[in-house]
Amino acid sequence: MASITSKLYSDDVSLLVVLLDTNPFLWSGENTTTNSLSFPKFLTHVFSFLNSILLLNQLNQVVVIATGLNSCDYIYDSSSSPTTVESLENGRMPALCSKLLQNLEEFLARDQELNKDESPPGIASSLLSGSLSLALCYIQKVFRSGPLHPQPRILCLQGSSDGPEQYVAIMNAIFSAQRSMVPIDACVIGAQHSAFLQQASYITGGVYLKPPQLDGLFQYLSTVFSTDLQSRSFLQLPKPVGVDFRASCFCHKKTIDMGYICSVCLSIFCLSLVRLTLVLLQLQTGRGRLQNPSSILD
Amino acid sequence: MSNFGTGSRYEPKNTTNGEERQLTGEGEEEDEEDEEGNGRGMAAWERAYADERSWENLQEDESGILHAIDNKVLHHAQYRRRIRSLFSSATTSRIQKGLIRYLYIVIDLSRAASEMDFRPSRMAVVAKHVEAFIREFFDQNPLSHIGLVTIKDGVAQCLTDLGGSPDSHIKALMGKLECSGDSSLQNALDLVHGYLNQIPSYGHREVLILYSALSTCDPGDIMETIQKCKKSKIRCSVVGLSAEIYICKHLCQETGGSYTVALDESHFKELLLEHAPPPPAIAEFAIANLIKMGFPQRAAEGVVSICSCHKEAKVGGGYTCPRCKARVCELPIECQICGLTLVSSPHLARSYHHLFPITPFVEVSSSLVNNPHHRLPKTCFGCRQTFLAPGNKSSFHVACSKCNQHFCLDCDIYIHESLHNCPGCESRRFQSK
Repeated sequence: MASITSKLYSDDVSLLVVLLDTNPFLWSGENTTTNSLSFPKFLTHVFSFLNSILLLNQLNQVVVIATGLNSCDYIYDSSSSPTTVESLENGRMPALCSKLLQNLEEFLARDQELNKDESPPGIASSLLSGSLSLALCYIQKVFRSGPLHPQPRILCLQGSSDGPEQYVAIMNAIFSAQRSMVPIDACVIGAQHSAFLQQASYITGGVYLKPPQLDGLFQYLSTVFSTDLQSRSFLQLPKPVGVDFRASCFCHKKTIDMGYICSVCLSIFCLSLVRLTLVLLQLQTGRGRLQNPSSILD
Repeated sequence: MSNFGTGSRYEPKNTTNGEERQLTGEGEEEDEEDEEGNGRGMAAWERAYADERSWENLQEDESGILHAIDNKVLHHAQYRRRIRSLFSSATTSRIQKGLIRYLYIVIDLSRAASEMDFRPSRMAVVAKHVEAFIREFFDQNPLSHIGLVTIKDGVAQCLTDLGGSPDSHIKALMGKLECSGDSSLQNALDLVHGYLNQIPSYGHREVLILYSALSTCDPGDIMETIQKCKKSKIRCSVVGLSAEIYICKHLCQETGGSYTVALDESHFKELLLEHAPPPPAIAEFAIANLIKMGFPQRAAEGVVSICSCHKEAKVGGGYTCPRCKARVCELPIECQICGLTLVSSPHLARSYHHLFPITPFVEVSSSLVNNPHHRLPKTCFGCRQTFLAPGNKSSFHVACSKCNQHFCLDCDIYIHESLHNCPGCESRRFQSK
């Protein structure tokens, strides 16, 4: 773990940044295995959870960022709520729900407009790397705000599968979170486990959970994810179970125990190649991402 | 001599320690103080004037009113100069970097290291910053190795061998902080040359010399040693603490390293940390080699086995070498039994941002900003901080040339130094070209 000089934190005040997966492919009912939970029911669980966070401590803050299919954006920020008359009746509950819903609707409309005609095949992944980057920029602003600030953490409510094209960006975000000591918790509501989020929780010291019963999502959220970081040392939270850190080779995409690494570009291969053309080709074409290398190797 | 006779209180915003101090109106006459050797006699408030020079944080504007220097914009301007120099050879050409580095840090513990111009002494300051540097180095280059060498009494000694664990180096360094005698550059170079010749050919060989002395006592011809190092392709860099020395400059020029001299403690820290990111690769190393590495799995909880690094039985945890099935405690490490390098995929991922750097953001010209015909964003895309300073004038900010999102200065620095992702580019699936 990287060492950072200690900062003064308010004792149990937390800033929770929630990354909400709004991928329409996930919620559309096409993969029926996840749908013991529909999107409206999911939102009711999330609203109750956010309200409970705000009620735990007067100074707690909640920020919600939506992870969409084509874009990411801020949906709600509890510290910027206006002090108008409506927000004072019944606490802040109605104001949170209505404001969040309104912003979410606008975001989804904008996100849909960005759909190009060439729709991605199968169930596409949502842009988790974008929302993680936004969350980390916001948290850095909070760190700069003064010596006394809430303890930040990130909670990913993710259901879409991992997009391999986002691997580098997500790992960069994870390492940056580790340096700033911001834990990334993950609650996976999709059908399969997410290897990226397992690694994120393990490296940053957060909690990873895939609830077996999605009907009781609020219960999982409030027992596992709502406590602040100081109190977590007193609780028995789900432990990381066998995070698989083995790499997969670039030529066949299978996980390997032993492989060969290029000393220049750090690509992983399972066969010993005499001539490495990958590096030369990439440098020549100047492409920024490690595109599918097996097509170049053929 | 500065004399604050106005009787007003002023709070300097920029202080090196983050504490806030107040200058009262009585004024101080600045004595011609000798900085060395005066440390013990002064009270804390006196040291604030001798060391911190808080009057230098003020400047006058055209009407003669005193203002604090706007450090935020200065800091950002400095950062941008640094970024520009790194990207000076046009962003379209990609410079290959040496990712697997074998670095020897040579620390000068001669008589000159006990000088007090860096407080409390040069040696203590060097040790403190070398510790931070080692941690930062392994953070940015997880596959690399560091070794420590000290120069004392004219002799160079190897403090630790090339290894990948930061704690063992730091512990060894902190235990051996005594200085005496002369310093010998040639002996250090000879020793390092001998060790670096044994490493495999794909590794980049580097030496970083932290030199406090003003001279060197050599047993032979140092020019010959420099030529030897140049032939073995060892890249030598020097960070000087006293003054510029010709032989160090010649050494760095011949081997392709960088020579810098520190002005004060914070400048020294900055110069030292500049060596943490990988340097451009020397042409001869540009040939790619395939290195065999293992990706161990974590052993199941409750399994009892004898750990090969501590030579004692341990329960649970640990990793199993895929070739010889020996148990190791932490990664990355070289298996003690079969010699296979064991890493995990996050270690490789830590170096990816060196391979795919993001382009620097461009400044948004103020004429464009204040033009009412252009509807530009009023808040930073990353942190939602408003750009509008009081008075409804938009303050200085930057934009990404690929996704056209606007960011504030602090997000710019954070994104380029720590995050290495542009939030705008990552948040858009389809880039409009």
